[in-house]
Amino acid sequence: MRLRARPDAPGPVPDPAAAVRDLTVDLGGEPVLRGLDLEVRGGEVLSLVGPNGAGKSTLLSALAGDLAPASGEVELWGRPIGDWHPARVARRRAVLPQAHRVSFPFTVAEVVAMGRAPWNGTPAAGEDAERIAEALALAEAESLAGRAFTSLSGGEQARVMLARIIAQQAGLVLLDEPTAALDLRHQEMVGRLCRELAERGSAVVAVLHDLDLAGAYSDRCALMDRGRIAACGKPVEVFDAERIGEVYRQPVKVETDPDTGAPRVTPVR
Amino acid sequence: MTATVEAAPEAGPLKRLAVPSAIAALLVAVLGIGVLTSGATGAFPISAGDILSSIGHRLGLGGAPVEGTGESVLWNIRFPRIVLGVLVGACLACAGTLMQGMFGNPLADPGIIGVSSGAAVGAVASIAFGLVFAGNWTISACAFIAGLITVTIVYLLSRSNGRTEVVTLVLTGIAVNGLAGALIGLFIFFADNDEITAITFWQMGSLSQATWPKILAVLPPAALGLLLAPRYARRLDLLALGERPARHLGVDVERMRIDLIVIVALLTAAAVAVSGVIGFIGLVVPHLLRMAAGPGHRALIPLSAMAGAAVLVWADLAARTVAAPAEIPLGVLTALVGSPFFFWLLRRTRRRQGGWA
Repeated sequence: MRLRARPDAPGPVPDPAAAVRDLTVDLGGEPVLRGLDLEVRGGEVLSLVGPNGAGKSTLLSALAGDLAPASGEVELWGRPIGDWHPARVARRRAVLPQAHRVSFPFTVAEVVAMGRAPWNGTPAAGEDAERIAEALALAEAESLAGRAFTSLSGGEQARVMLARIIAQQAGLVLLDEPTAALDLRHQEMVGRLCRELAERGSAVVAVLHDLDLAGAYSDRCALMDRGRIAACGKPVEVFDAERIGEVYRQPVKVETDPDTGAPRVTPVR
Repeated sequence: MTATVEAAPEAGPLKRLAVPSAIAALLVAVLGIGVLTSGATGAFPISAGDILSSIGHRLGLGGAPVEGTGESVLWNIRFPRIVLGVLVGACLACAGTLMQGMFGNPLADPGIIGVSSGAAVGAVASIAFGLVFAGNWTISACAFIAGLITVTIVYLLSRSNGRTEVVTLVLTGIAVNGLAGALIGLFIFFADNDEITAITFWQMGSLSQATWPKILAVLPPAALGLLLAPRYARRLDLLALGERPARHLGVDVERMRIDLIVIVALLTAAAVAVSGVIGFIGLVVPHLLRMAAGPGHRALIPLSAMAGAAVLVWADLAARTVAAPAEIPLGVLTALVGSPFFFWLLRRTRRRQGGWA
């Protein structure tokens, strides 16, 4: 079975865990990403923010190895991502897609267990049960374990998929709008979860629409604008009222949360 | 729609094994009783005890042949038919399971999406043109090649952006079935009277042509397909998440797709070559099993093969006894029972998706 072919140990997350260099991606003949450079580091939460159509999800897909770049490089563990066997890539990076769809009524426990598939046939397979239980707990989805995935609400499905990603134990975690379907409490849960994964050494990249959430939970924030990175750095540095206003074409004011020191972005109404 | 699944208690490892094992035991019993009943029933009744004794005799375990012509009726007429039924049923149900997993769609079935009729075109061509390039294996080989071409066409035509819409799939099936029907008609037009009779009977789907040499002809593709299919179980589970998520979990999706197309073509060719087009087994069997044993393919694939075999043995017994001494074509019988099920499944899928759009 191919999944079991030549198990390798990913080892500790290198620095950078992943990188794009001078990356240009065309979709349908239109350039969506225009000459991007970005490095993703272990132990760090990097958020991708920006208006609709800025190229956030495309950049995430490129990091995941789903897209063939028109030019430039995407590297994983220091090697071009296209050079890796899919199974080896899967032991290093996990991807949470935007849409959650499961064709048949698999139970939540089965769906989360699918996240362990890359480790099938490796010594790490012995930890499967433990990892699945832990992932369900972290995503607050234990109580759903026996239910059919197809019977869950959108927010519950999102949490289960998050648990599947955690169970995969990847050094690079790519999350495409992980908070989209979630209520206030669970949005915060995702923020804390990203921090937890980073503390364990993973590199976490999340596409976020909520700037406050990005400001509160990320180490670095990349503000994207029409296929380029307009600014990248600590959220307090990136979230400049003038710059945000320009990129989003919506005037905003930026304040500092008196309790946490995180920037808070409010539209000027 | 998911009430049955929701009501199930938490799926522990014990339950995961217990339910499929219980179903497997039940299916073996149903199949065993079916084989004995079918062997015993007919114009020349033979008792179940005599059958067991005769089997024991042939295996060198004691026992005795059935008296008089009984032995010949049993071994030259009934057993070939039963063995063919087992093979064809297992192949059809297994092919249905693989296709449904591959398309992520419970409506996929070799008959509905036209793969069976595609394979039939190859088989009919070889009958009509009297091809013998591969001896006994000619019909199987032609059915396999035509089946392979058809699965590939259906797959390419009915997918867009890594998904298969139900409408596209069913419409592709209509188009492929239409084309296959036209080609078969064309071959009939060029065939002589004897060949026409052979083709017509064959087209309605029947096990009555079963002989040991013909079984030997379909055995290689059937065995190969049935042995290879379980290797893809885990990956088919992952494919339920979608193509990209499956790739993100390490599945070489492109490679797997090609492998599965070949396996489905092998299974369909084996099912169609001797017995013609027998519909709905590949649709109904995996679906019912999924409701009973859950959607995990590691249990579903072997259970489907067993259940398909059991269902077809019993269906054939019904086909040749309900109107005795006449015989209803088996394909007609499975279509009579299977079509209403298909209607129900269509409506249910449609309701769940909120219309076809």
